[in-house]
Amino acid sequence: MQENCSSSRLNEAQAMLPAGALTDESNANKPLTAPLDRRAFLMCAMSVGAAGSLHRFTEPLSAAPLPAATPTQSDAQFAVEARFYEKLPNKKVQCKLCPRGCTVGDKERGYCGVRENRGGVYYTLVHSRVCAAHVDPVEKKPFFHYLPGTLAFSMATAGCNVDCKFCQNWEISQARPEQVSAQYIPPKRAAELALQYHCQTIAYTYSEPVVFSEFVMDSADAGHAVGVRSIVVSNGYIAQDALREVYGRMDAVKVDLKSFSESYYRRVVSGELKPVLETLVTLRKLGKWNEIVYLVVPTLNDSDSEFTEMARWIKGNLGTDVPIHFTQFHPDYLLRNLPITPVATLERARAIAMSEGLHFVYIGNVPGHPAENTYCPQCKRMLVQRAGFEIRQMMIRNGACPFCKAKIPGVWHA
Amino acid sequence: MQRRAHTTCNPYCLLSVARLLDFAVEGVFSLPERLQNHDVPRITAARGWQRYIIFGCLCSDGCSGVGVMPEARITSRRSFLANCIGGAVGMAAAVPDTVEAASQFANQHQARVVVAQDARLRDAGGSVDDERVLGLLDRAMMSLAEVDEPLHPWNSLVRPGQMVGIKVNTLGGRGLSSNVQLVGAICERLLGAGVRAQQIVVWDRDSAELERAGFRIRTGGNQVQCYGTDRAGYEEDLVSFGAVGSRLSRILTQRCDVLINVPVLKDHDGAGVTIALKNMYGVIHNPNKYHPNGCDPYIADVNMLSEIRSKLRLTICDATTACFEGGPSYKPEFAWQHNAVLVAQDPVALDTIGWQVIERKRAEKGLKALDVEGRAPRYIATAADAAHRLGVNILKHITLVEVEAV
Repeated sequence: MQENCSSSRLNEAQAMLPAGALTDESNANKPLTAPLDRRAFLMCAMSVGAAGSLHRFTEPLSAAPLPAATPTQSDAQFAVEARFYEKLPNKKVQCKLCPRGCTVGDKERGYCGVRENRGGVYYTLVHSRVCAAHVDPVEKKPFFHYLPGTLAFSMATAGCNVDCKFCQNWEISQARPEQVSAQYIPPKRAAELALQYHCQTIAYTYSEPVVFSEFVMDSADAGHAVGVRSIVVSNGYIAQDALREVYGRMDAVKVDLKSFSESYYRRVVSGELKPVLETLVTLRKLGKWNEIVYLVVPTLNDSDSEFTEMARWIKGNLGTDVPIHFTQFHPDYLLRNLPITPVATLERARAIAMSEGLHFVYIGNVPGHPAENTYCPQCKRMLVQRAGFEIRQMMIRNGACPFCKAKIPGVWHA
Repeated sequence: MQRRAHTTCNPYCLLSVARLLDFAVEGVFSLPERLQNHDVPRITAARGWQRYIIFGCLCSDGCSGVGVMPEARITSRRSFLANCIGGAVGMAAAVPDTVEAASQFANQHQARVVVAQDARLRDAGGSVDDERVLGLLDRAMMSLAEVDEPLHPWNSLVRPGQMVGIKVNTLGGRGLSSNVQLVGAICERLLGAGVRAQQIVVWDRDSAELERAGFRIRTGGNQVQCYGTDRAGYEEDLVSFGAVGSRLSRILTQRCDVLINVPVLKDHDGAGVTIALKNMYGVIHNPNKYHPNGCDPYIADVNMLSEIRSKLRLTICDATTACFEGGPSYKPEFAWQHNAVLVAQDPVALDTIGWQVIERKRAEKGLKALDVEGRAPRYIATAADAAHRLGVNILKHITLVEVEAV
């Protein structure tokens, strides 16, 4: 997943959402962003040259303990009994949310770090514990065939059930809830905010929504009650029963298919490919609008054979109309030794997928590339022109090509 | 790139800078020696409790800058240099070896493990007796160092002025955490060795867990400090080794020159056992990511992180109350009062011996061996392998010394 939620994005979000807008009145003055960290401060302060700035170091860098902050939100406020688990003897539990199926002893947490066994009862610690909230164009998710040109009220909590070595949001996805600042945004408030900011959808994104499934379900219900739809950006690594219950409430699902190789999933993602493929098939059966993102990482998942196998599998199991986005990798987290994906590699991937018969193959993270546009698979005319997350031209009328009248799959209007 | 001869920026000019800025200079390296091995001449200095490196750039035609940075943040020095010093060349400065000579004591007894036991450790009420546990600790440490004077081992481990972190394990609440009286005895000996009270910090992940285990949170004044990483936070920078990428507790990176590990002898449902090596999971921000596959190779990889490896001097495993099944949380039916401590400088050797202690107790209770249950602690062998070399796991290569309290 490469939908970045960096500090600059947080600042951007803060610009879009007035301080306090996310919360109730008692938290009105607390921005979501963290204060400038020490590293950033040092880099700014020292960039003019060390010799001229030595006095900056005259105070020791503080590792002294902070006084205990007066908690404004109790941990208990976010802790809700989990819905997908089984109690075992000796106060153990087995999580049933994702294929990992963690067996968790008393006082311990599952792999995701956001679910804790407390005396034999399993709790999610992140219900309504929102650590990132932005108003984003839906194209940023990316959804190119779902309500184009609309806004999505996008939320995340801490935690993830995999550990992708390239994660751009690792500061929140690989953290425990107590390690990142967060605010209490209960489901109804999320729905209200979506309406307030003219968002047609609530998007669960940035980290991994699987790990905050209870919050996703409750927010989706709250949103639907006031006419706001729900979309999710997920790795698809979720148990089948939970998938039907949680993503069954979604109006659209974007799945990161990170590779078409089990060994890549094992080594780079710390997950498994097979359950993700099962998720895609189930979503198809459930009739959910689905788009796929494939992050192309140089030398690791960029072979012709892998692109070909994946395209054939998609065609055979999901059909030719599911949009697939080949996106550009940028070095981050634990994978900083590889270069940015060459655009030529992305173009090769696209060419292979299209030669296998897929109709809607996009290139992502390369603003201005012609492969960001939607073309009619029949007459080949351009139907949607995009520049980054912006729609420049929208030619589709009533879900069809205005030139040859071919039906263009997607949800084009609310 | 060919290294250029250095002309003007030498340690003595750095010394002047340090004095000008009121640093207490700790060491000056001679110019020729430094230049043979390193690109950047530097000196170490201190202000208050924080130690700094003052360094000069290497330039062909004169000194174009000097820098000051906290010694604990050496991992990001390269980027720091790149940002700070205009016109500097030769940025291939080697990371200084922070593994200080860990004293002759360390070198002599790397694979020596002492198990000290006291059948009369507890008072009538079942609590660990302050005086007896101090005596038990003394016997263990004197046996480890092969000396007759209780303070001698501590003098060898810690220099006056150094900050000492005592990493305890408090996951098991009051029933199965590092014993408060034992930690008190360790502090007493450190104070006796000349370490100031406020330079000792007893710590774990979470202040609330420390309190539940019986420790009192103390964050100021002329007293031993005690708090969790929740109060100090984690470093912003990731550090990584092998399969592990984590942020480290700022208590370790910024408040400790010397780390003393005080784990508890416990069974662990995933890893097999949790003793010395696994207690370092309490130093990183994301331990939940490293429990698959019996924590192997993750535990070994975590212990390879340079800040841990360079600062860890001693492990004092609390086996006053230990656990042979159902760990790591406290279940009274699986705990026993072993009334012992295990001490070693080699954490792998200590874990190897501790594992044997747990296996003996399991056999005594009629439980299957851990490998029969499919959860033998494989990570111990990994920690000893050629890629890690954290210590010795072969029993015949470990000197086991068993002592009884008088």
